[in-house]
Amino acid sequence: MRDNRWVLFALVFALGVALVSPLASPNPDGLNRVAEDYNFQQSEIPSWTRQLPFYSLFEGYALRSVSDPALAKSVAGFLGTLVVLGGTWGLGVYLRARNRKP
Amino acid sequence: MGVGLLWLGMHIPDGFLSLPVTALTYVLAVALVFLALRQTEQAYADKLVPLMGVSAAFIFAAQMINFPVLGGTSGHLLGGTLAGILLGPWAGTLAMVVVFIVQTLLFQDGGLTALGANILNMGLLGTFIGYYLYRTVRFTLGDQHWWVMALATGFASWCSVMLAAVAVALQLSWSGTVVLGVVLPAMLVVHSLIGIGEAVLTVAVVSFLWRTRPDLLFDPPPFTKKELT
Repeated sequence: MRDNRWVLFALVFALGVALVSPLASPNPDGLNRVAEDYNFQQSEIPSWTRQLPFYSLFEGYALRSVSDPALAKSVAGFLGTLVVLGGTWGLGVYLRARNRKP
Repeated sequence: MGVGLLWLGMHIPDGFLSLPVTALTYVLAVALVFLALRQTEQAYADKLVPLMGVSAAFIFAAQMINFPVLGGTSGHLLGGTLAGILLGPWAGTLAMVVVFIVQTLLFQDGGLTALGANILNMGLLGTFIGYYLYRTVRFTLGDQHWWVMALATGFASWCSVMLAAVAVALQLSWSGTVVLGVVLPAMLVVHSLIGIGEAVLTVAVVSFLWRTRPDLLFDPPPFTKKELT
């Protein structure tokens, strides 16, 4: 019997990390900070990704329908983690199927 | 401007890269994805589906956790080297690509025009250069000991962050956004600290697996017993 409990454990851990994401430091990150310090932040334009339908659902890492900012980020992180899991899992299954074709 | 409030990490937003740099990075990134798909398909391993799934899920979640570094700046795990150590460079690249696509399309983190550059900087450099640095150090120093793995992992992850910082600086200067002499030292100083965070987190995850499930590593240590999986 294969021991596959690690998959569940790792997934719960990843989802837990996503749920605590509101505790992350709000400071500007490396590139953001350099852009601020050396005045090239004004080169940034509103992201083209705002034209996508997902922008009506998520504003950055925040689910729009939730008013509490910490909860909105937690839920967005949780959902994003599941989408990434689904995407890579699906891709893996696809590659497995192609590998097994004669 | 205020539009920069949403981005995390080293993700380049829209507007920072010129058209030629955008085009070149996209061509390279698409070629890389195509190659990675073919290589992963041919070298398919049974544990790959769940391992790629949970590794990518963890890296996505961990990228949301910004840790403070000195002077009101923050950084977070990039995860490219971790992906390479767990999945090998090709499948690791695919895992990172899925993470970046979800971040960009769903959460507007990183520009659409910068997606190619972001995949190359934070994916390719970590999954390939990070992985091969790790492998070289680990197998040169002797593949038995935990500390060798930890040294190899820490060194490779730190280097991958520094290389990503160099790549971002080059792309910004080629785009005419900022002069290289200004942006390169600034990026290197900040990321030499962020790289320490990357190293600590990557060593922590790989050490945990080394002790509990070494068979899950792409290059299992010699003491790993063969499991019938």
